[in-house]
Amino acid sequence: MDAIVVDNISKVFKLHENPVHSVKERMLSMGRSKYREFVALEPMSLSISTGTTLGILGHNGSGKSTLLKVVSGILKPTTGQIRLRGRLASLLELGAGFHPELTGRENVYINAAFLGISRKEIEKRFDDIVEFSELDQFIDEPVKHYSSGMYVRLGFAVAVNLDPDVLLVDEVLAVGDEVFQRKCLDRVRQFQQEGRTIVVVTHAADVVRQVCQRAIVLDHGKLVADGAPGDAIRIFREHLHGTLEEAAPQDTDTGPLKITDVRIHHPRSAERKYLEPGEPLTIEVSYATDRTVEAPTLSISILSLEGQAVFALDLDLPASGISNLHGSGTITVPFTAVPLLDGRYTLSLRLTDRHDADLRVARDGRDEFEVLNPGAARGVAALTLGTVSSHA
Amino acid sequence: MRVHVAEIWEYRELLDGLIRKELKVRYKNSVLGFVWSMVQPVFLLGVYTLVFSILGAGFDDFPIWLLCGLIPWTLVSTTLSTATTSVVANQGLVSKVPFPRAVLPLATLGSALVHFVLQMCAFGIVLVIVWHPVDWSYIWLLPIALLVTAMLLAGMSLVLATLNVYARDTQHLLELALVAMFWANPIVYQYERAAVWFKGQGLPGWLPLLNPFTSVITTFQRTIYGTARAGEMQLLPDVTQWWYLRNLTLVGVLAVCLMLLGLFIFDRAEGNFAEVL
Repeated sequence: MDAIVVDNISKVFKLHENPVHSVKERMLSMGRSKYREFVALEPMSLSISTGTTLGILGHNGSGKSTLLKVVSGILKPTTGQIRLRGRLASLLELGAGFHPELTGRENVYINAAFLGISRKEIEKRFDDIVEFSELDQFIDEPVKHYSSGMYVRLGFAVAVNLDPDVLLVDEVLAVGDEVFQRKCLDRVRQFQQEGRTIVVVTHAADVVRQVCQRAIVLDHGKLVADGAPGDAIRIFREHLHGTLEEAAPQDTDTGPLKITDVRIHHPRSAERKYLEPGEPLTIEVSYATDRTVEAPTLSISILSLEGQAVFALDLDLPASGISNLHGSGTITVPFTAVPLLDGRYTLSLRLTDRHDADLRVARDGRDEFEVLNPGAARGVAALTLGTVSSHA
Repeated sequence: MRVHVAEIWEYRELLDGLIRKELKVRYKNSVLGFVWSMVQPVFLLGVYTLVFSILGAGFDDFPIWLLCGLIPWTLVSTTLSTATTSVVANQGLVSKVPFPRAVLPLATLGSALVHFVLQMCAFGIVLVIVWHPVDWSYIWLLPIALLVTAMLLAGMSLVLATLNVYARDTQHLLELALVAMFWANPIVYQYERAAVWFKGQGLPGWLPLLNPFTSVITTFQRTIYGTARAGEMQLLPDVTQWWYLRNLTLVGVLAVCLMLLGLFIFDRAEGNFAEVL
């Protein structure tokens, strides 16, 4: 049974060059109203069966929030229609309708009313809401005295205690501190066990991997992938990749020593761009030099996207049997295993002569590789698991 | 449209919640709270009594006559001005939360009605204190007049709130229109004076009734002021309750039409609100 059927939905926005908000402008621009059409969603169909947790991945402007707004009924689709089964709660904003002057208690009732929940029902759940939000001491304080964390906690607490059949969530799972986030995720898992349908919009692949059974990827309003979270995340990364490559910086090295090329190989580079945890990786650094490099050192750092070094090493090349560098050539650095989990990693390379400060060259952020984890483990390092056993 | 009305009905608790919220917020951090709603007419009555006892009023109990028109007019003007901006003022909600948007203008009408009832209570207390006789044989017309006014205002609110989303001029035009409308109603002057003037111009005397609020205000005046005459002066036409009931019925028909129009326009437009705002 399908909880949500998206039937040939598309959305086209009319973008007015100057938003018209007055009668005068409206009259003046009548007939030749200037606007561009912007296709936020290309026609797409989708059915989401009851009890599924679907992730919608996409970068900014991919149309993922528009899709959610159309499904929840905030925006009218340009074509097609939406069919829903059961009660829908949409969490595009936490604490909708909160008024700063009113107390937490009063705001809970108003917020719930916006979500279509009756007063009676809220009265029944009020204690659960307060307990979940951990705000029992402050519930009768005006929310203007709340910190932003307390504010979203209360908003989330109302939303997840409302017993919806279909829950639409937009980037709101990342609220509050770590403890509260875990609590939110636990509640989402509980919803899943109760057979509710959840749609999560995010650009955090990690959330999708953690909670979703199915994921779709949107890119410039087009549905580009629909399938298992792992596959969708891979396609999402590739699309993100595509947009980043266009913006790669130009080579500006003009010194006597140059890094002319860097190639990254793994045993199956021919068939796929990414490697899986634990696979080997080879980095080839090609150089060209006008002078002989007497005491060459190659420094390699592997950085995560957040800029943190997950691995860094200064390779003293003479100790590896490469006494000097002259003319041009290629240094091959093989890693027999890369025990990293998901992510894109960039290389930061330094080629220097320990005796001659003029002979130095750096190459940062231009070379990268990606690891995609087909398994369920999360985090940074791919630790190897033995056989799990139990003793009575 | 039937679906639409059902949806508004489903969200009646939100309507109730928003009305409560508006009232709570208005009197938050004030010691007297909602008593302020009641103080206003009493205070006005005091000021007018003082002023007109010095200036010399046109007829007896003129301040009471004035309030009979002023209190319903306040209901009309506050509802229209707050309802017009209601959707625009709640942009954040409209673009983020799905709910029937008609609740927003209707909630402003609701809170203005509560305010009106409080003011009428205060007015009633004052009438008892000064021992001013109302005409009990007309009193049954008041609930009808109030119902008709509420329906009329609901229809107008829906139309105005929609227009204001597309052109913010609506709210500025309305401010001017309200000033003009105040003088188009027999609040400060008496209905008969306008009727006589129109007749003098060779026009029919019922012309002031084209303003639907005139029918409402004259009903309040006839009932609460209690008489159609002040001494020698004819204030209101020399007629029975049926004249007022006929007027209110006509306004009621207009109100139903306006409500249908309002719902129709709102229904067509509200899907685009999130986009236009």
